[in-house]
Amino acid sequence: MTPERARELLATVAGVTVAATPPAPIVAQVLTEHWLDAARYAKATLGCTYFSFLTAIDWKADGLEIVVWVDNLDAKLSVQLRTRLGAGQTTCASIVPVYRGANWMERECFDMFGVQFVGHPDPRRILLADDWQGHPLLKSYAVDTPHPPYR
Amino acid sequence: MPDVRAIDYAGSERLTMNMGPQHPSAHGVFRAILTLEGETVVGVDAVIGYLHRCHEKLAENLAYVQYPTIASKTDYVAAMSSELAYVMAAEQIAKVEVPKRAQYLRVLVGELQRIASHCLWLGTWCMDMGGALGGGATIFLYCIRERELVLDLFEALVGARLLYGFHQVGGVRYDLPEGWTDLCRRTIDLIDSRVDEYEHMLADNPFFDMRTKGVGVISRELAQDVGISGPLLRGSGVDFDLRRAYPYSSYEDFEFRVPVETAGDCYARYHVRMVEFRQSARIVRQVLDGLPEGPISSRPGVKSLAQVKVPKGEAYARVEGPRGEVGCYLVADGSNKPYRMKWRGASFSNLSVLPHILVGASVADVVAIMGSVDPVFGEVDR
Repeated sequence: MTPERARELLATVAGVTVAATPPAPIVAQVLTEHWLDAARYAKATLGCTYFSFLTAIDWKADGLEIVVWVDNLDAKLSVQLRTRLGAGQTTCASIVPVYRGANWMERECFDMFGVQFVGHPDPRRILLADDWQGHPLLKSYAVDTPHPPYR
Repeated sequence: MPDVRAIDYAGSERLTMNMGPQHPSAHGVFRAILTLEGETVVGVDAVIGYLHRCHEKLAENLAYVQYPTIASKTDYVAAMSSELAYVMAAEQIAKVEVPKRAQYLRVLVGELQRIASHCLWLGTWCMDMGGALGGGATIFLYCIRERELVLDLFEALVGARLLYGFHQVGGVRYDLPEGWTDLCRRTIDLIDSRVDEYEHMLADNPFFDMRTKGVGVISRELAQDVGISGPLLRGSGVDFDLRRAYPYSSYEDFEFRVPVETAGDCYARYHVRMVEFRQSARIVRQVLDGLPEGPISSRPGVKSLAQVKVPKGEAYARVEGPRGEVGCYLVADGSNKPYRMKWRGASFSNLSVLPHILVGASVADVVAIMGSVDPVFGEVDR
């Protein structure tokens, strides 16, 4: 699997647009409804079996964007899957059925951004306390937001 | 008081046991809620977050010149690698050249840091497994003694022993003081010979073999799926090291071997790290031999917060730290602060494999397995 071949293959997947410019990584913009399928494709067909990380970016008025980085270690191929949830939207399909490493990362993403991952086996907060109010990494969450006292 | 006659001694009764948050083998604050059947673990709920400081929010509010020093507080046992990941990400976006001498110095401190970190891992792990090794604190004290020598080197170089602030965007902040290279060579030679001693102490020790061989096996498939990295990944038969796969900071100039073991158990991880001790020492010697003359930074020392501005863009810088892939995903918006920064902590991903491998192990093995994962909770919780 060469990067060129992977780029061609990815471009044929439903709901996926491959960004043109940088040689590495391959950046694939995915429609939210095709999110789980794109992850499956990356793992099964492109051989990206190594899960590096999952996170989100808060683009303020444009809503949240989920970013996933997976690797094919043998072919030295890095693929970045991204999906825009849309303004005000906070639901996204969970990719834990494909990558088990996404379990804790999606919990962290829920904790910090309030993204609800549909199909996650254990959707709880992970770093903050269960009774924490709000999601700190949202741009609307001020640094000096008062919080419940430490226990 | 429960009626003793009501207890099912056949062992099918389930018991919930809290391990942590203040358990000495947790190497930090980590709570594992174990469900036991007799001595066997049948369920694990890992609770983390006790050390959470929201580094990612901090980074959004600190300038590029301020944050590298704070970055060292993510993984405080290997501060050099997280600093490096952050400045590398900023350099990638801003297309900043780093002088050759600075690149070599980055490799030098990175490898010394690996030696110091592995010393701490070996010592604490052997102490966790305790009396079985014939006086568990022996290796711990020896390892701490050796780690101090490396920290002395860092102190002479930077002025700090644990959290350094050595890297800056464009290079490094300090050059080697006079006489430092000789001191470094002597230290490395000494530690090299001491590592042989530790191996002699542990080799053919039947207790050590029993506690580590076949314990906590991580399959190659699980290793990749969960995204563990570093010695854990290489102990599970995956031949992947960022220093060789994606050389950064002139790693392509140096010769070193990447150890790979296929067993995937605690012993395999131990063996990988023991080889890495020697390989790091080898790289340090090569750096000292080939250290080029020249500037140590392409940018002047820090004078103001607005000094480093990074244009709009994104980058993901990955560094092979002592515990594995330390990644910094940076989104810049053209100001002097990042728009978004994500830490991919090696310990976080490595620790998330625990629920998969602890089921079926005995309580005593939990301690051995946790130690072999070598988590640093500053990096897990960030």
